[in-house]
Amino acid sequence: MIGSIFGVLFDGFAYGMLLFLLSVGLSVTLGMMNFVNLAHCSFAMLGGYVTVTLMSRYGWPFLATLPAAFVAAAAVSVVLERVLYRRLYRASDLDQCLLTIGIVFVSIAIAAYVYGTVQQPVQPPAYLQGSLEVLGVNFAVYRLFLVGTALAVTVILVGALEYTRFGAQVRAAVDNQRMARGLGINVEGAFAVTFALGSGLAGLGGALASPMIGLDPSFAFAYLIYVLIVVSVGGLASIGGSFAAAALLGISDMAGKYYVPELGAFLIYLVMVGLLMWRPSGLFGKR
Amino acid sequence: MSGAYASPQLYLEEQARWRSAEIAFWIAALLPFVFFKAYLSLASQIAITALFALSLDLILGYAGIVSLGHAAFFGIGAYAAGLLGKHGWGEPLSGLVIAAAAAALVGFAASFIVARFRHLALIMITLGMGLLLHEAANSASGLTGGADGLQGIKMWPLFGVFKFDLYGVTAYTYSLVVLFLMFLVARRLIHSPFGLSLRGIRENPLRMPAIGASSEAHIRKIYTIAAAIAGVAGALLAQTTSTVSLEVLGFQRSADVLVILILGGAGRLYGGILGAIIYMVARDQFSGLNPQYWYFWIGLLLIAVVMFLPNGILGGMAKLISSWRHRTS
Repeated sequence: MIGSIFGVLFDGFAYGMLLFLLSVGLSVTLGMMNFVNLAHCSFAMLGGYVTVTLMSRYGWPFLATLPAAFVAAAAVSVVLERVLYRRLYRASDLDQCLLTIGIVFVSIAIAAYVYGTVQQPVQPPAYLQGSLEVLGVNFAVYRLFLVGTALAVTVILVGALEYTRFGAQVRAAVDNQRMARGLGINVEGAFAVTFALGSGLAGLGGALASPMIGLDPSFAFAYLIYVLIVVSVGGLASIGGSFAAAALLGISDMAGKYYVPELGAFLIYLVMVGLLMWRPSGLFGKR
Repeated sequence: MSGAYASPQLYLEEQARWRSAEIAFWIAALLPFVFFKAYLSLASQIAITALFALSLDLILGYAGIVSLGHAAFFGIGAYAAGLLGKHGWGEPLSGLVIAAAAAALVGFAASFIVARFRHLALIMITLGMGLLLHEAANSASGLTGGADGLQGIKMWPLFGVFKFDLYGVTAYTYSLVVLFLMFLVARRLIHSPFGLSLRGIRENPLRMPAIGASSEAHIRKIYTIAAAIAGVAGALLAQTTSTVSLEVLGFQRSADVLVILILGGAGRLYGGILGAIIYMVARDQFSGLNPQYWYFWIGLLLIAVVMFLPNGILGGMAKLISSWRHRTS
């Protein structure tokens, strides 16, 4: 019994880390830049498809495809940012929502056209498969890998944003554009790089998530809701908040599915609505 | 807004005047009976979608409440009417009234939550409430039929005389009349001082209370009304098609109606109706294609509208006409 509780806790936490990897990019674009980017999971889907293509068609090893997924998603996002997003930085939430829903529709159609609507198989390499048994509890290796990656991403990201010159410039540009410009900071450039970073992280998250949750064109919508929940519950612009919210969400979802399967996703939505009503700006939100 | 008016009264009266284009539009709505008899079922679907879009327009276009979960009320109306029909009360008009009341009741309860939030929290909460209801309906499969949908709905003839036929003559007549009546209600609301204060809330929600119009009370009222109208639209769908599927509550439906309204032009009475016509006709024509590809064009259209036509197709047309008039005069 204790073993099964630990098992559910670990699986839930690993699932939460998967959600965190998917959503941490959004807490950069939506959280820091205040852009309601519903197309976030489209970038994640792009990362997933890059991994699939490189692995199955060109025989790249799984780990080598991960940076490629990051770069591809970041590159595509820079083009979209320069052409479309940039014009709507000051527009209303609704306009941003609609533009990005449009991008989601287009991306789903393109993915269906190129890859068809079937699930794409993604096999992690042999050394990431199987499981370890410690004290009677099974730990799947790939899940341990996800947890480790999530922790590494958190440390790198928080370090980069809080303790580097570039991070300070980005935060300045986001907080007060005019002042930042007056101090000689290249605000346009900072925004473009931040956006690329957020979307690149989405691509990485998509690539890492696809072996566990599968990949098909509906990915862009199916996980959007989870990602939005993580970011809005965790609090905008708070990477630690996203981390906590993702862990909470993953564990409660897994526990719900395990102990009260008839409730389905009901529990998650209830938790989200309740938390948002209690703290509209999220658990760790400042604004 | 150009031109000064002696009093707000005069301004509202001028706005509420029936224009010839409007009368022509409603006469044109009768054309399917004569020319497109094979498409009467589609026409009735369009009328229902237009009514749903109109209800969203009241809260989004006029009061500025962004909702990603408006299908909740559509679904409540559909299930209320469907359940009545299934359990032995197939009288359409009273079914419509009961469905509207059920949707209004839930809308009223939800409005207390909705009125307190704005921006992202509001979007997420409306989305969450929509998903909650969808999940609840899915779980309560004993009542709703779950993923298989509600089957075995028996509708009685309208007024005991007009049966719901296979060609959709009754369905379209019924849907169109209900749409027109609801449209009259919405039109009256919008051109009243209440409607004007809604637009005030949309423009500046902090300033309205300062001049003595409480935002929250107004938002609660219009949200309840919009929920009731959405419920009527859902009930119409259930009654004219004699089925209710779980999809009536889905996120896709909420997103679709938003797209329809934005395409047509939010904050304009005819925006939702025009959007529904364009969207449904295009979907019918392209339905031979894979639905996934159909969304490619809808997505592209949506991007184009947001980028180039901030007030939708109707807004773009109004701008074109006014600049043309300006040039000729």
